[in-house]
Amino acid sequence: MVREFPMGPATREAYAAALVELGKTNPNVVVVDADLSKSTYTAKFGKEYPDRFFNVGIAEANMVGIAGGLAHSGKIPFCSSFACFLVDKAYDQLRIAVAYPQENVKVVTSHGGISIGEDGPSQQSIEDVALMVTLPGFVVCVPSDAAQAMDLVKRAADHKGPVYIRTGRPKVPTVYTGGEFPFGKARQLEDGKDLTIVANGLLVAEALKAHDALKDDGITARVLDSYCVKPLDAEAITKAAQETGALVVAEEHSRIGGLGSVVAQCLAANCPAPMEQVAVDDCYAESGSPQQLLEKYGLTWKHIVAAARKVLGRKARPAAPPPTAGSGSAEENATHPFEV
Amino acid sequence: MPLTIDELKAKSKQVRRDSLEMITEAGSGHPGGSLSEVEILVALWFRVMRHDPKNPQWAARDRFILSKGHGCPALYSCMAHAGYFDPASLKTLRKLGSPLQGHPDRRFIPALEASTGSLGNGLSIGIGIGHALKLDKTDARVWVVVGDGECQEGQIWEAAMYAGAHGMDNVTLVVDYNKKQLDDMVHKILPMDPLGGKFAAMNWNVMEIDGHNMPLVVDTLEESRKVKGRPTCVIAHTITGKGVSFMENDPKWHGVAPTKDECAKALAEIGA
Repeated sequence: MVREFPMGPATREAYAAALVELGKTNPNVVVVDADLSKSTYTAKFGKEYPDRFFNVGIAEANMVGIAGGLAHSGKIPFCSSFACFLVDKAYDQLRIAVAYPQENVKVVTSHGGISIGEDGPSQQSIEDVALMVTLPGFVVCVPSDAAQAMDLVKRAADHKGPVYIRTGRPKVPTVYTGGEFPFGKARQLEDGKDLTIVANGLLVAEALKAHDALKDDGITARVLDSYCVKPLDAEAITKAAQETGALVVAEEHSRIGGLGSVVAQCLAANCPAPMEQVAVDDCYAESGSPQQLLEKYGLTWKHIVAAARKVLGRKARPAAPPPTAGSGSAEENATHPFEV
Repeated sequence: MPLTIDELKAKSKQVRRDSLEMITEAGSGHPGGSLSEVEILVALWFRVMRHDPKNPQWAARDRFILSKGHGCPALYSCMAHAGYFDPASLKTLRKLGSPLQGHPDRRFIPALEASTGSLGNGLSIGIGIGHALKLDKTDARVWVVVGDGECQEGQIWEAAMYAGAHGMDNVTLVVDYNKKQLDDMVHKILPMDPLGGKFAAMNWNVMEIDGHNMPLVVDTLEESRKVKGRPTCVIAHTITGKGVSFMENDPKWHGVAPTKDECAKALAEIGA
């Protein structure tokens, strides 16, 4: 039996709540948004602290530049929009006005991943984590629920240097009731000896459900919430590879460049082990309800279970045989750029 | 002490000589746009701006951003002669380990207010600084120098619209309007005229001047301090490669270093 989670607020709601609290205690906290403050919920900060809230209009490049200038002058700007608009449209400014001079800017996006649903692929961000982890000096986090998002946002305000946090649109299962989530660490939620499931964001709750389903079949899985993609908790990942010998990495992002890529790099350097990914394939999704999309694009606990069985099979034999054309499921036959 | 107009003119010759020597020594760089902006930079660093080289992080200092980062040889020369670093180091431009990077880099020169080199970024950063200065109730001013070709970047217009709408009257933007960009004349690639009209339409106070007329440059920049409720845009009409006859008005000199012989010829024209 897989566990059920009580539904909690969306991570973007937690972001806004944390911002309002930060505004109370830290007069240097300022917020910049690009006409999506009713969706990112930064409008809540704007209502409380209008003199420290700058809505620049639909102009993401200018917004990030302004955030850089505010940070340069000792402010702690939180800069927000949808993940795809902020990161993709203002990537040059994230690079020149924030990462390169290491300005103390906190980039917190909403509407990460495909779970935004009906608005479709133009608004669904499946590339943001990949883009952000390549910017030197950025901390990159993907919280799984409201409590974790709240802690990470407050932590970002205390951290000296650029931070990226990706929040989401839908209400999400409550995984945590509170707690500390330091940068550079992963949180072990379950222990097991057969494999490790590494997940973040929405996929953490799914990983825990997969753990339960596997357990019913006598397979024990360690579950790591790798909410911090960069710096990655390389120690926990390496230990997981050493002790369980196989990994599944699950994230609501393109399978290229996100948590899966970062974990694979860590494994290659420290402890090569078979690894499977549960992520969006190298494609854009479509309109649909969040749950329909997560199912169609392979981001549920059932997909994690299937990936776990696959990786356990690979664990048993030293080298994978070449795939047989025309047999197996569509998922198994999909061409994955990182697989031979 | 702020310099007199005659002293500023002499300083301009010095900065032109330095820029040419630095670029020649480096074997690469952007002479055209370094020479066109000289009077603007010299007026700011030696007369108009409030700053203290002994206290580069002074909270009340004016902030300067060279958004057209490729014009940095002239900026480095100004900062060196103003006392921010040893003028002897100018010859290290673009060399491994030198703080004088190919484009301005705050990691190596903390007195720089922004790292630039990707065109279009400086005005937005300047607006952010301007907001922070207002929040801190500081009357310091932000000076941003952009190129005319740079104004083809969309971000400039996002920022211009914003600064005009928000009455950012602690920001002065100077456009080094030298009419050349890398590939050709600006009017052949993407005409910008009427450039002043575009800023005026976005609620900027616009002043158009001869960007090589030192007393006029000084007066105009100082005048911009007094304008309330609107940001000021100074369109400084300049000549690319100004001061060197064979470089003037030739887009070829946007991004090509002179040879040692060409440099000697150029220095002879500029004179002492």
